Amino acid sequence: MLYALYLSFTANGSFAGLDNFIRVFNDFRFLPAVEHVALFVVVWLVTLIVLVTLLALVVHGVRTRWLSATSRFLFYIPGALAGSASVMLWLFLLTPSVSPVAGLLDLLGLKSFTQIVSVENLPVVFTVVAFWTGAGGWIIIMYGALNTISTDIMEAARIDGAGPLKTAWYIQIPLMRKWIAYMAVVSLAGGTQLFVEPKILNLASRGVVPEAYSLNQLAYQIAFGPQADFNGSAAISIVLLVVALGLSAFFIFRGGLFDRD
Amino acid sequence: MTATSLRVVPAAPGPARWLGRVLAIVVLAFFSIFFVIPLVWLLLAPTKSTGQLDGLHGEVPFSFGSFDQLAQNFTQLVGFEDGIIWTWLGNSVFYSGVALVITILVTIPAGYALAMTNFRLRRALLITTLMVMLIPNTALALPIFLELSAIHVFGSPLAVILPFSFFPFGVYLAYIYFSTTMSHDLLDAARIDGAGELRVFTRIAMPLATPVIALVGFFSFVGNWNNYFLPFILEPGAQQIPVQVGLAQLISSTPEFNPTNGASLALTVSLPELAFATLISVAPVLIIFLFSQRFLVTGLTAGATKG
Repeated sequence: MLYALYLSFTANGSFAGLDNFIRVFNDFRFLPAVEHVALFVVVWLVTLIVLVTLLALVVHGVRTRWLSATSRFLFYIPGALAGSASVMLWLFLLTPSVSPVAGLLDLLGLKSFTQIVSVENLPVVFTVVAFWTGAGGWIIIMYGALNTISTDIMEAARIDGAGPLKTAWYIQIPLMRKWIAYMAVVSLAGGTQLFVEPKILNLASRGVVPEAYSLNQLAYQIAFGPQADFNGSAAISIVLLVVALGLSAFFIFRGGLFDRD
Repeated sequence: MTATSLRVVPAAPGPARWLGRVLAIVVLAFFSIFFVIPLVWLLLAPTKSTGQLDGLHGEVPFSFGSFDQLAQNFTQLVGFEDGIIWTWLGNSVFYSGVALVITILVTIPAGYALAMTNFRLRRALLITTLMVMLIPNTALALPIFLELSAIHVFGSPLAVILPFSFFPFGVYLAYIYFSTTMSHDLLDAARIDGAGELRVFTRIAMPLATPVIALVGFFSFVGNWNNYFLPFILEPGAQQIPVQVGLAQLISSTPEFNPTNGASLALTVSLPELAFATLISVAPVLIIFLFSQRFLVTGLTAGATKG
């Protein structure tokens, strides 16, 4: 990492100040890539936080034991297909001619693969894929966190006349805050690093998905493409890192991740 | 355990409560379907021909093709570039396996040392571990690449194995485990009995740490197996890539997705074969998941309560 920092400020071994940064910022592919990644991260984080919290609460609240255990298991299993395998599978699911849910796609007005993976739809597509793969693990972690809330507190709330909704909003969610913040930090760090998903869709979509859709892809193109510009690429890596760390710090302090209670 | 059994049954199941239960079940059912449907489809797809997959003769998406077709797809897939898929799978096993062994050899003692001993810079080391843990490895890809070219291992198996073995999260897990469950008294007792530090570690700490060794091993193996970015950059040769990267190469040979490359029929991969390849590539991890299901669910939960 220090080496990347060093590279980003030099050119051919000599100090170059902010030149590398200015050069990549002016690259015509830079702004769209920032936009893509930011949009994806926002859609992804909001979906993840809302749905995972909701599902963990529901799974925890269900009193039938086997139902709760089975759903946890079913939610978790897709986690085995991380990386390119899950993108590959969704590639099939989003190709209307072979998709088992073609009817549903049709209902949403999506008729062809190229239309589905058009640039405007991608943040949603990537969110669905990432949610499918990753949410289960988080649901289980949140479920564990809910289990640590003492039964006394829950009991007290119930006697005071709080229904499940009120208990969730005023007691369970505040007590889960640390875990939600932790999930946000980890997912944020992962989200800004988007690479495999757009890479594979680029291969499969006959170029509808641009080659430098995400920042990481752009960094890769700059370093290993015809420009072979390691310094510029390092500059992008540093920018990504700083942004991810900055946003993480925000969540850490808002979520009180380092508070002692 | 007690949390569920102690819960008191509500006195009056009014209509609101009923509605709540129904709503909860609907939510669970909806998401179960969302999570499971793609998997079921993936299991069925390799048993069909391309025509059947397309539903040309009115096949239902969730129908079973035939075992003949399954066998045929398998032969086709294995025949692709002289069974290169086996080479890829072998690479995956080799890279993830060696990295797993190194990871455990490094992280468990490191976590132990951080948790059980006191030395200068211990706090600094711990904070560094935590920080590095939060940095995704794609951000480190370029420095890693340059570092590895500097020591001339680029393109060799070591180029992937070394970064795969770098696993700060494992150190952190081991640290948490040792610092919350291991008692100093127990170790002191062994020392008084005349055991050396090495002996204390191998005979007392290690056997007690089996759960965390399994957990670290699991995360390391699954993570490395599914890693795409690092091997994609670090292994340029088609013979050296692991199966995850190989999958992406197969796409380029699928005429449905990439018409320009589908010129000669011998070199192409049909959709059912591609689905089959996907299934094969995740099979080892899927099997690990199924068998360690109970352990995983409790392990993650335990981690959550300790964090």
